[in-house]
Amino acid sequence: MHFLHRHRGLVPYLLLAPGLAWLALFFLVPMYYLGYTSLQTGDLFSGYAFSWAWENYSDAFSLYRGHFARSLQYAGLATLFALLISYPLAYWIAFRGGRWKNLLLLLVIAPFFVTYLIRTLAWKTILADQGFVLDVLRTLHLVGEDGRLLATTTAVVAGITYNYLPFMALPLYVSLEQVDRRLVEAAEDLYASGTKAFLRVTLPLSVPGIFAGTLLTFIPAAGDFINAELLGTPRQQMIGNVIQSRFKEVADYPQAAALSFVLIAGLLVAVLAYTRAVGSERATQGTVA
Amino acid sequence: MSTSAANPGLRAQPRDDGSRPAPAVSDVRLERVTKRFDDVVAVDDLSLEIEHGSFFALLGPSGCGKTTTLRMIGGFEEPTAGTIFLGEQDVTGLPPYKRDVNTVFQSYALFPHLSIFENVAFGLRRRGAPRGEIGRRVGEALELVALGGLEKRKPRQLSGGQQQRVALARALVNRPRVLLLDEPLGALDLKLRKQMQLELKGIQNEVAVTFVHVTHDQEEAMTMADRIAVMNEGRVEQLGSPSELYERPRTAFVAGFLGVSNLLPGTVSGDAAVRLDGGGEVRVTPDALAGRTGRVALGIRPEKIRLGGDEANVLEGVVEERSYIGVATQYIVATPAGLVTVYSQNSEPSAAAAAVGSRMSLNWPPEATFVVDTTQEVPK
Repeated sequence: MHFLHRHRGLVPYLLLAPGLAWLALFFLVPMYYLGYTSLQTGDLFSGYAFSWAWENYSDAFSLYRGHFARSLQYAGLATLFALLISYPLAYWIAFRGGRWKNLLLLLVIAPFFVTYLIRTLAWKTILADQGFVLDVLRTLHLVGEDGRLLATTTAVVAGITYNYLPFMALPLYVSLEQVDRRLVEAAEDLYASGTKAFLRVTLPLSVPGIFAGTLLTFIPAAGDFINAELLGTPRQQMIGNVIQSRFKEVADYPQAAALSFVLIAGLLVAVLAYTRAVGSERATQGTVA
Repeated sequence: MSTSAANPGLRAQPRDDGSRPAPAVSDVRLERVTKRFDDVVAVDDLSLEIEHGSFFALLGPSGCGKTTTLRMIGGFEEPTAGTIFLGEQDVTGLPPYKRDVNTVFQSYALFPHLSIFENVAFGLRRRGAPRGEIGRRVGEALELVALGGLEKRKPRQLSGGQQQRVALARALVNRPRVLLLDEPLGALDLKLRKQMQLELKGIQNEVAVTFVHVTHDQEEAMTMADRIAVMNEGRVEQLGSPSELYERPRTAFVAGFLGVSNLLPGTVSGDAAVRLDGGGEVRVTPDALAGRTGRVALGIRPEKIRLGGDEANVLEGVVEERSYIGVATQYIVATPAGLVTVYSQNSEPSAAAAAVGSRMSLNWPPEATFVVDTTQEVPK
């Protein structure tokens, strides 16, 4: 204790140390090996050797450009749908939930009590060719007699939307919950109708929630492979599927590592651009009065 | 505070639309308004008229229905029964944004994501005012509350007093028929509150808009308002000018809520006399008695009592407590009729103070006496 008393300036660093050690051990070190692997050549039988193999990266772009594009597209669509579904839901819970708030929130995260894989397999049943959803859609002539849901882009995007919905709904709820009802009253006092008050006050004040929710949804969705694997066909394969098969099935570790790096870098750039566009101040502290 | 010619746009002048009726019409009229929340009656069969251009205060303890009344005028609550008029127009069922009133909220409720300029411009923009006019009028409104030059700041960068002024400017810039103020000074410290009381009064004189001010602070209401409605349990206990309410409170509640009163129980013993329970008859004006008979309480303000003299009413007693409070010395005197508080002005440098235990003769004229019914509890 004497030591800490004499060197009080060290305390913050000591408190930071466990986190930094964790980050170094489980993030930086694996990243280093991943980077190292991504520049290797070889195969499982003859072994891998480091050789500054930049062609792993050029292959990543030339061979798998379509998969990258599809990943961003699916993740983007799923994020958009999750936002459109979650916003009214979170708004309703925050503003009208009353004493049912906690129960409703529990229902939002209830799917997490079942594993990801099982949840997605359940969607396989729901969307199946003999399933009731397709039956209803066929009866309503929204889908042709030989149309299907399973093994389509719709199924994959729907699966991703469903699986990441709570990540969108919860931050939205938190930021909407913080919106001071008196501000809405003030807006209505100043000649704003309900709609205008929402657009001018509630919506701008919930931007931090939208920002956090879209990031929490988009980033994992872009790397997802379970949904495309279970609900899609090879034509719906995302970059996650490629990385997974390169790594596990073909044992082409260098290529898988290079693809991972490209995905990380791409997401990083996208997130930075997004933060810029929203404005870092608004994105994080819009509701703090 | 600038009350100069710098703000032509906000000073009293004919309305731009010329639709304002003659000032003789009351600006706000409540007709038998009742508001019930589940089983609780917040406002009970209330009728009220507020004259154009007046500074009107709704005064009462918390839970007396004053804020609910204000919120019904603003359109945030719909009355369970009764009608609300703004001028000639029945607005009972209209939402807030369709009413020509603006509110200064207790919490200010400034929009945290908007600059001061945009906060003040909010109402003008919603009404589609031309860009040039918005800039001019926002500038004038901020000048009026002495905040010129802070347009680009965010609300959180301002002090509480400044935020309060922004809230005022944001409401006044719309030139509403009526400005509603919901305990607007409650969050300010005492010194700033005193200053803002005078400023608010000055601004009200300048803009000549009807102000309806909700407060639980009797001093604040007395300082600012032309007329005060003292509310209790959802009803108006008494309505009048500050001096009427202070000099001639009609109920024990009003007597106790506005300032300090001595209330002595007694029985009416003539058309201008009350016999106190502890013996001794006190002369009152027939006016104060107002036809009451039987049990009453006799009221005298502590500062109206003289120590010695030859007034019509005399009460002998013994000093029980004495405390020096600067401008006056306060005595608590035990008399046969009960404990009486007396303020003795310290107008002479060497005013001799009566010691605790000494005898004292309390004198006051009949005109300084008021009479209230005894059936009511006196608020503490």
